[in-house]
Amino acid sequence: MTVDLQPNIDISLVPILESVSDPEIPVLSVLDMGVIREAIQEGGVVKIKLTPTYSGCPAMDVISDDLKKAFSEKGKTAIVELVLAPAWTTDWMSEAGTIKLESYGIAAPLDAIADKEALLGNKKLVKCTNCGSTNTHVVSQFGSTACKALFKCDDCQEPFDYFKCLK
Amino acid sequence: MNNNNLYNYILGIADNTLILGQRLGELCGHGPALETDIALTNIALDLFGQTRSYFQYAALLVGDGKAEDDVAYMRTERNYFNVLLVEQPNTHFGYVMGRQFLFDVYHLLLLEGLQNSSDITLAAIADKGIKEVTYHKRFSGDWMKRLGDGTAESHQKMQEAIDDLWRYTDELFQLTKADKAMIYEGIGVDVSNFKEAYYQEVSEILNEATITVPENKYFTSGGKKGIHTEHMGYILADLQYMQRTYPNMKW
Repeated sequence: MTVDLQPNIDISLVPILESVSDPEIPVLSVLDMGVIREAIQEGGVVKIKLTPTYSGCPAMDVISDDLKKAFSEKGKTAIVELVLAPAWTTDWMSEAGTIKLESYGIAAPLDAIADKEALLGNKKLVKCTNCGSTNTHVVSQFGSTACKALFKCDDCQEPFDYFKCLK
Repeated sequence: MNNNNLYNYILGIADNTLILGQRLGELCGHGPALETDIALTNIALDLFGQTRSYFQYAALLVGDGKAEDDVAYMRTERNYFNVLLVEQPNTHFGYVMGRQFLFDVYHLLLLEGLQNSSDITLAAIADKGIKEVTYHKRFSGDWMKRLGDGTAESHQKMQEAIDDLWRYTDELFQLTKADKAMIYEGIGVDVSNFKEAYYQEVSEILNEATITVPENKYFTSGGKKGIHTEHMGYILADLQYMQRTYPNMKW
């Protein structure tokens, strides 16, 4: 099935959307995360379609409230609708977002095959965000949030989060 | 309500994720190690997220201003349709992982079928859930091998759990009236079709984990009809406490 992966976002709304960040990963805006699937202005109302990263992601309610607040501060009313299909994938994260993620201390998702090898501990592929070594091992396939796994670097000994690949 | 079968069909799926999520939630702060504790509650969170999506849809079918919380909390034991497997207690870590593994293999097969449902809402929830459950199955399958093929004690405990839980597996493939009606309409998944694939996959991983595949042919069931084991009442007492104490309360 091919789906239109390019979100339909009014260019004039981008600055406001960029000001709303993911509460779990504050360096990333909702646009960096790729969770905004549509944002269009119709009259005085902004219609937004938001998709969750994981079904149970508790950040969704917060993001929805933050979006409404950000738009109301600019005198606009936002209506936020939660959509499930097509399901979010880590491919929708922006390139700039991936770089910000790494400098924040969270290793960016690998491709699906490498991700599996790394999480099963078969291959050392995840790069330490502190020293850059790939001499790392998985501590837990599930980390501080549903989207992350916990890794530890065997060179500099730092523990760090890895953003799991979701396809 | 004009589609009682669809409503019951949704509950038949979502009550499993609700009750298993509740069981895993009991371990929050009590896991054997921090990493496992976090993993189990992460899985619970995924299951609750899926449950919410299903219940929001079910509440729409009921109409009358009902919301997901009404569906989750305002029912009596006989009106929960989860399988007996998911309500079994966290006797020890072997039981927690054994229950999870036996459910995850089934859950992924179910969602892969539901992904092709003619009902677009259910198909979307399944499509999303597959990505999460793939991780769950990898996690529980990994633990089966680690415990089964671990020390003499971990092996014995893992075997004990699988022997005990095995009797609840057949129920996963029994069809209810709502199942049959929804299969006929192209909405539901005929779970009886993948019974063989299920046992084959489970057996392969158990063999790898050096666990003997139980041969007993005695199976028990009832949950899908609302007839539960003695554990269910205690789960609901916890789950529904706030609603019973403060009726109609909202967060």
